[in-house]
Amino acid sequence: MTANPSPEGERLGADTPGGRRWRSPAFVVFPVVSALLVVVAVAGVAIGSTAVAWEVVARVIAAKVLPAGWIDPGSVSDADQAIVWLIRTPRVIVAGLVGAALAVAGTQLQGVFRNPLAESSIIGVSQGAALGAVVAFITGLTASSALWLPLTAFIGAFLALFTVYLIASQSGRAPVATLLLAGIALGAMITACSSLLISLSFVDWQIAGEIVFWLMGGLDSRTWTHVLICAPFVVLGLLVAFWYSRDLDLLLLGEETASALGVDVEPVRRAVLVAAALLTASAVSVSGVVGFVGLVVPHALRLVLGPSHRMLLAGSVVTGATFVIACDLLARTANPPGEIRLGIVTAAFGAPFFLYLLRQRRKEIGYF
Amino acid sequence: MCNAGIEIGGRSLVRDVSLSVESQSVTAVVGPNGSGKSTVLRLLAGLWRPTDGRAELDGDTLARVPRQEIARQITFVPQDTRIDFAFTVRDVVSMGRYPHVGRFDLLGSADVEAVDAALARADVAHLERRLVNELSGGERQRVLIARSLATEAKVILLDEPTASLDIDHSLETLQLLQELADDGKAVAVALHDLNAVLRWADRVALMNAGRLQAFGTVADVVRDDLIEPVFGVRVERLRPANGIETLVFHRLAARSEGVRARGAGSR
Repeated sequence: MTANPSPEGERLGADTPGGRRWRSPAFVVFPVVSALLVVVAVAGVAIGSTAVAWEVVARVIAAKVLPAGWIDPGSVSDADQAIVWLIRTPRVIVAGLVGAALAVAGTQLQGVFRNPLAESSIIGVSQGAALGAVVAFITGLTASSALWLPLTAFIGAFLALFTVYLIASQSGRAPVATLLLAGIALGAMITACSSLLISLSFVDWQIAGEIVFWLMGGLDSRTWTHVLICAPFVVLGLLVAFWYSRDLDLLLLGEETASALGVDVEPVRRAVLVAAALLTASAVSVSGVVGFVGLVVPHALRLVLGPSHRMLLAGSVVTGATFVIACDLLARTANPPGEIRLGIVTAAFGAPFFLYLLRQRRKEIGYF
Repeated sequence: MCNAGIEIGGRSLVRDVSLSVESQSVTAVVGPNGSGKSTVLRLLAGLWRPTDGRAELDGDTLARVPRQEIARQITFVPQDTRIDFAFTVRDVVSMGRYPHVGRFDLLGSADVEAVDAALARADVAHLERRLVNELSGGERQRVLIARSLATEAKVILLDEPTASLDIDHSLETLQLLQELADDGKAVAVALHDLNAVLRWADRVALMNAGRLQAFGTVADVVRDDLIEPVFGVRVERLRPANGIETLVFHRLAARSEGVRARGAGSR
């Protein structure tokens, strides 16, 4: 053990005496999940109401991405080209961005609140972002510039997150029950505000219907514009997340310990909360409320990678993207020719998982 | 620390505390519950900033020293040892090296050596692969002591480190603190057990109701006329043949009828 003290070496055989938890090293997890990501991404483009062959998908994307003249899309029909490049590829990319953003936001929230059940949609942050977006829709801001959507969503997410933080945190820790109750109450209040705004302004059934439909979470008719709306904010949020990954590890040990080990606790916490709000908002602004991604993904990863954030955040990016692309694929193929809303699919996986986690922690919560 | 005091929420936690923690010595901070022991340690650690007066490290005002620099010089072991997340013991102890390495750097061989030495010295080397959230309270306490040793800081502050330890590990920990002081470290430790103070400490700060009642050598401070009024007990001294003086505490008759909250002299 001491002869080979590298982190990888430690992880290799790291198990408890009872063998209850076995951690595969990161260098097995990452290739596997990355390969899975490629597979679901290609499947996401290939599969749909009109099936497109895998090699056609590869050819079209290669022709678009590689410098002109390298690959000749020649034999592919214009219709197939449009389906692959204009309809399905942006949808898959948006799904990947949404998944990565929500999974990383969840990981951050769990770390900063020292609470394994924290997640954007559970503690009201996604609902705050949705309210911001609803305001942008109703006031007509979105008609002037598509960038208003992520901006108002960010304001909503940020206000919701800081409110729940102020209510629920006690000396740097948000106890499970307090955070959940505060988040649920806040989420319900915000959702009621959204409903109020929609009901007050629905002179036009169609617009109101579209907003309500969007709130359920979905990725139908996402275009390259949507990729451009959210990608820069997701990248920015991810960079902040990675910058503070080590500080998050220390925060898990407690506020004072983190401070004693050199972390400027308050500035770090604020930066991480802002990043989590930004990631949630950029996801919500292009997909509506897609719940539980930030709960399922980090929990699954902690079991295999351990709680250290450097690995966990990187894993959340790849696994979150894979998870949401796969859920979206299920959402649009499970009930042809119609689509199930993406938020319903992720909730179908996530909600039972959440209840299972809650049940596991019932001692700490005291009742359940 | 000079005339330092701190108010939080308009309530004064400690006032006019002046004391210093010197290298090559163990300073015990003692006093009844709520007298400000933990607050004094936090001020010394730079975790809380005094609202008046100042805390200093080698003559520099702590408030002006960057957090990471303080972390290299002063280490703090809190009383709350709870960790919910499944880090291994080695992970936790390795975090003691974070003040010394860059944000994205891996630990170097010198860091790994420091971690190994800390694991061995706090007697947790055999636990290094265990998950810290599955350890007993006493084991976790020793892991946190190991982490503070891994920082190689010259000032070591501990808030009631023996509170959750059994007798043997408690003695081992106190002996370790004395050895660290002999190695040149400055050690300050909040303790409830005055007999441990008699045996292991060099200097004592006696806190009472947010004020420093007395500060000096053990012989100067652990005196019946100082201890008895602060803790509200009567002290009896036993001097057995082996030479280790032992204090026995008796409740005052009046107290036992009225106030029952303060069971001083025992844990």
